Amino acid sequence: MSSADLTSERDLPPEREASTKGDIAPERDGPRDTGMDDVSLHRWLARTWRTPPGIIGALSSVDHKVIARRYLITAFLFLCLGGLNAVAMRIQLSGPQRGLIGPDLYNQLFTMHGVTMMFLFAVPIVQATGIYLVPLMVGTRNIAFPRLNAFGYWVYLSGGLFAWVSFALAMAPDVGWFAYVPLSGPEFGPGKRADVWAQMITYTEVSSLAVAVATIVTVLKQRAPGMSLDKIPLYVWALLVTSFVVVFAMPAVMITSTFLILDRLVGTHIFNPAEGGDVLLFQHLFWFFGHPEVYIIFLPATGMVSAIIPAFARRPAFGHLGLVLSLIAVGFLSFGLWVHHMFATGLPKLGASFFTASSMLIAIPNGVQIFCWLATLWDGRPVIRTPLLFVFGFFFTFVIGGLTGVMLASVPLDLQVHDTYFVVAHFHYVLIGGSVFPLLGAAYLWFPKITGRMMSERLGRWHFWLAMIGFNAAFFPMHIVGLWGMPRRVYTYPAELGWGNINLFISAGAVLFFLSFVLFAFNLVHGALRGTPAGDNPWDAGTLEWATSSPPPSYNFARIPVVTNVEPLWAERGALPVASGLRVDARELIISTVAEAHPDIREKSATPSIWPLLAAIAVGATFLYSIFTPWAIVWGAAPIAVTLVGWFWPKGDPEDEE
Amino acid sequence: MNQRPALDLSGLPTFGHGPRSPTWWGTLGFMALEGMGFALAAGAYLYLVTLWPNWRLSAPQPNHWPGTIVTLLLIASLVPNHILNTYAKRCAMRPVRIGMVVMSLLGLAPLVVRWFEFPALNIYWDTNAYGSMIWVLLGLHTTHLITDVGDTIVLTVLMFTHHGYSGRRFGDVGDNVFYWDFVVLTWIPIYLLIYWLPRLG
Repeated sequence: MSSADLTSERDLPPEREASTKGDIAPERDGPRDTGMDDVSLHRWLARTWRTPPGIIGALSSVDHKVIARRYLITAFLFLCLGGLNAVAMRIQLSGPQRGLIGPDLYNQLFTMHGVTMMFLFAVPIVQATGIYLVPLMVGTRNIAFPRLNAFGYWVYLSGGLFAWVSFALAMAPDVGWFAYVPLSGPEFGPGKRADVWAQMITYTEVSSLAVAVATIVTVLKQRAPGMSLDKIPLYVWALLVTSFVVVFAMPAVMITSTFLILDRLVGTHIFNPAEGGDVLLFQHLFWFFGHPEVYIIFLPATGMVSAIIPAFARRPAFGHLGLVLSLIAVGFLSFGLWVHHMFATGLPKLGASFFTASSMLIAIPNGVQIFCWLATLWDGRPVIRTPLLFVFGFFFTFVIGGLTGVMLASVPLDLQVHDTYFVVAHFHYVLIGGSVFPLLGAAYLWFPKITGRMMSERLGRWHFWLAMIGFNAAFFPMHIVGLWGMPRRVYTYPAELGWGNINLFISAGAVLFFLSFVLFAFNLVHGALRGTPAGDNPWDAGTLEWATSSPPPSYNFARIPVVTNVEPLWAERGALPVASGLRVDARELIISTVAEAHPDIREKSATPSIWPLLAAIAVGATFLYSIFTPWAIVWGAAPIAVTLVGWFWPKGDPEDEE
Repeated sequence: MNQRPALDLSGLPTFGHGPRSPTWWGTLGFMALEGMGFALAAGAYLYLVTLWPNWRLSAPQPNHWPGTIVTLLLIASLVPNHILNTYAKRCAMRPVRIGMVVMSLLGLAPLVVRWFEFPALNIYWDTNAYGSMIWVLLGLHTTHLITDVGDTIVLTVLMFTHHGYSGRRFGDVGDNVFYWDFVVLTWIPIYLLIYWLPRLG
């Protein structure tokens, strides 16, 4: 495509003249980057796009990379906490009738483990990776709605702290991560524990939804000129589909948790069968979110695999279109499976059969993806480095998890192993194999971009084998002990059942798996401090994030790239075509058309602001207070309104006015 | 890596209306997720309806008149809302200011009538699940009504300051029009569910 195609007559909108008509102040034009030398350009952009110094400055940051780094570190810390929960549980279960942890604490431990891993680690970390990478990969300077993105982080952080402070005060939720009624309802869940679950869920999902909307708009409207739909990187496609799944799934859990707290706090009867409510309604609503949730975690991971494999197989992904269509198909199908979590509730047989069929159906697009990846590797010249090792680990582990998934989709088998360790083994194979392994591979792939330094390859290989062996040692035997009948969520078991030795083995594997993360953490810190400098593109990969320096400057790209190929850096090895004509004294970026990515508007991106943090504090305080009284919503409305007005009220920057 | 200039964008405008602007897409995204919330709440209500053959659970019928008045007000407000939109597209300050004041008032009016809707339901939220669900549905829509009216009033004030003379602000007015359509549109099924479905039983 030539640059002339991008600015043909039909792309320049008729309203172009409208900007000079009507009651609007003329644009106070500033210096443009056209013909500017690189040193002055850098100086201008660095001043325009910088995060202000000082604590207030840091708290006001709207740079997607700064926010994403905070997200990544916070999510990693929550992973460590959730992992410590697991280790504590495994020590308790390592032998029959151990007295280390009592039932009450054990209930809190497995609930916090699930809640932390699902809501505070898995979803935030895949979204955070997207916040960092999507704007870079589509060739723009910041995420859409940067202040909303900052607000999302503060909401997430305070939601996570809220849960963990509750745990420290021995008032953590103890009703399982899905908090079924009637156990969590007003009759059987006294105290504030289930309220903590409900409000923390509602609250952190606000953050997820905000990030999803920002991601969708970034992908649809901020792509670099020329990046038509068929040239969007697969990772970005994965994040786009995931964000749509978030938009349509997360409201379900917010509705569920809101109904729950209404039942508990103001005496509604939505889940109370004695007064015309229904307990199974809770399960339907929860799993209408809960099943897509699995794919919210899994789809970005497939995007990571689709980024790692071409980079190391040294060829573009085989079946690009097939991979994209599979992502979309999985996104849609993920909404048609939720009832398979409820086979043991006595549903009508026809319904169960339908959901068995749909559960098996989703294996087809997932299978298409796996075969496309294998074909890419087959036809390429694979360079085996740590990221690719983790992809191999993903294949092995995820396929096992997928196979037990097909087994569990069948109602008679599901009824037998329901609520046993067989199910625990299955979903850890799917979630850790399907999501955490690609995530670890992605960490090795993109760490040099984020920090400018390489992680140790040798430690990486140790990490991989330790994780692989530790994981399988911990979770494979759970299939067996599950088939023997060991139920999940028991804090101990009698010696006569003969489960002692296998549980000791599982616990040893869990400790090994935990140690692999200690090694990973060491490799991260060591790499950040002492790693060899990475340069712009250490892997010689083909997507746009590698076109800029490592770490990228605050403005991402000195000049916005013009995209001609799905792997732009491989197609334009000589010199990358770029666009010019943007202002350098205001935060300008390009808004393009949805399908063809024709440049359409020079949009101003929002400047740093403290108001998103203040708004998050106001919203957080309201949610916290609402555990104690419904009037919190009334009292909280005023500070929320004030902070939102402060957020949106123009301050006179060029970014606000034009 | 080396770069070569390939495209000059200096002539691009600095704002656009409707689907050209990212804010419009963001608004659409929030409508999608909030609409999903409405659909799920309505779904939960219908689920309970199918579960209990004697739905309404012997509660008295709701008085539909306050709700019907709200419905008529909301539908009527769509006309000035869309007239406002055409002026916003033309960036014409005077009619936009008038239109924003009118829309603020037409937002407040149904809110006032809404106050009388809650007692007209003829049941409390804690009486039974039927009462709970219709309070939840009405509450959910009222939250949207309040936030959008608040937003409209703030934007109206903004349009009377010097900040109003900017393409962006006129774009914001357009997006506000768009969101008000959503608030009106979501009310229709909820109105039918609250006031007319119980009359079927």
